[in-house]
Amino acid sequence: MSTLGMALAILGAALAACLAGAGSAVGVGLAGQAAAGVVTEDPNKFSKVLVLQLLPGTQGIYGLLVAFICLSNIGIIGGAPAEMSLVKGAMYLAACLPMAIAGYVSACYQGRASVASIGLVAKKPDQFGKSMIFPAMVETYAILALLVSILAIMGVGNASF
Amino acid sequence: MAHTNYAYAVARIRANELQLFSNQLVEQLLATKSYDECLRMLLDKGWGDEAAAGIPTAEELLSGEREKTWALIGELCEDMSPFDVFLYANDYHNLKAAIKLVCTNTDDFGIFIKNGTVDCNRILNAIKDRDFYELPDPMRAPAQEAYSALSQTRDGQLCDIIIDRAALEAILSAGSASDNSLIQKYAELTVASADIKIAARCCRTGKSLEFLRRALAPCRTVNVTLLARAASEGMEAIADYLEGTDYAGAVSELQKSASAFECWCDNLMIQSIKPQQYEVFGIGPLAAYILARENEIKTVRMILSGKLNSLPDAAIRERIREMYV
Repeated sequence: MSTLGMALAILGAALAACLAGAGSAVGVGLAGQAAAGVVTEDPNKFSKVLVLQLLPGTQGIYGLLVAFICLSNIGIIGGAPAEMSLVKGAMYLAACLPMAIAGYVSACYQGRASVASIGLVAKKPDQFGKSMIFPAMVETYAILALLVSILAIMGVGNASF
Repeated sequence: MAHTNYAYAVARIRANELQLFSNQLVEQLLATKSYDECLRMLLDKGWGDEAAAGIPTAEELLSGEREKTWALIGELCEDMSPFDVFLYANDYHNLKAAIKLVCTNTDDFGIFIKNGTVDCNRILNAIKDRDFYELPDPMRAPAQEAYSALSQTRDGQLCDIIIDRAALEAILSAGSASDNSLIQKYAELTVASADIKIAARCCRTGKSLEFLRRALAPCRTVNVTLLARAASEGMEAIADYLEGTDYAGAVSELQKSASAFECWCDNLMIQSIKPQQYEVFGIGPLAAYILARENEIKTVRMILSGKLNSLPDAAIRERIREMYV
């Protein structure tokens, strides 16, 4: 068993959780500032802006999911660590990167889109449905990255190196 | 993440923009039958202090609204210095008032504007004590020059042009120092329109070329040397000169009257700040809100004074500005 291979696989899981989580923290924080601004002026809009604030938070959950699957596959969670070569470890790391990178970037930009939508709700509360669509579009790319990461981790897990 | 600053402030401004007057609402104000009815409508729209007893005067109402705007901006920004550019005109007005009070040995009869970057008492005391070092650096030299001019020559107009030019230079300098395009545009347009108004007024009153050169503040969009020369030749020459500048559209307004030209400049400013309604970060939307409120207050002042003096609606409408929302 290669210790370095295992370290690389854990690094991949850590990056998926940390970067996607950091992106979500930035996005939710930014949207939270705007939401607080709107609620200061009109507390009745709390529920609407809260939904918009939460939208950039999903990347953190996706990152966590990818990290769990990866850690579970390599045996860190729920069993003994599996035999792993350096190449296999590097492949786990590569498999986690789509979620880590796309998660971080999409969460930051989704936060900005949420801030803009919160501004829209502040001025036109009746357009809440439409305002949700704009930040939700950014979510697409986080979901694509999630799928790629999960499929890649499964594929690496089934492969023999 | 510097480019994502002011998210909280901009969101609050968005919510407050709902209270701004639209063109339609201004028409409703204009349609009121009397000054009292107009005042009552403003109170119904949330203007004035709800806690205050009785109906306020127009001046109390308008100054109260201006204070509300600055109180909101003060709440939203720890550092108010980016917005100083909007208050320099008040500072220099106070400087002019202080010099005239001291030189004519008159008591303050409420001519100071409280809303400025420098306390008006500090300005008054500095002039009284001839201690010009008490004033901020850019105000010192013009204060000293204007004080000497007024005390030695008793020429109030000379005092005015020295301070007015210093005010324009301070605004332009603040605009150039700002990294916000809206503030840069505001500074440039303020100085250029003031130069054009001064040139037109000097032309009508037959002022000398030397006087014009002294009064006009150089800026990017107006060549003051050419404008001064044109103003010394006549209104036609000013119009010819302006045709080749960014202010070609203002020629017909300038030929109508100074107030029509002023209205054109204000509308140009409002049109250029309208895109700020779609900005979600930065000081741009805050600066635009300040200008929109000033524009609104100016428009309401026109309507109220028109109603008070029983002017026909058409005469008031001529002076009505375009609204931000």
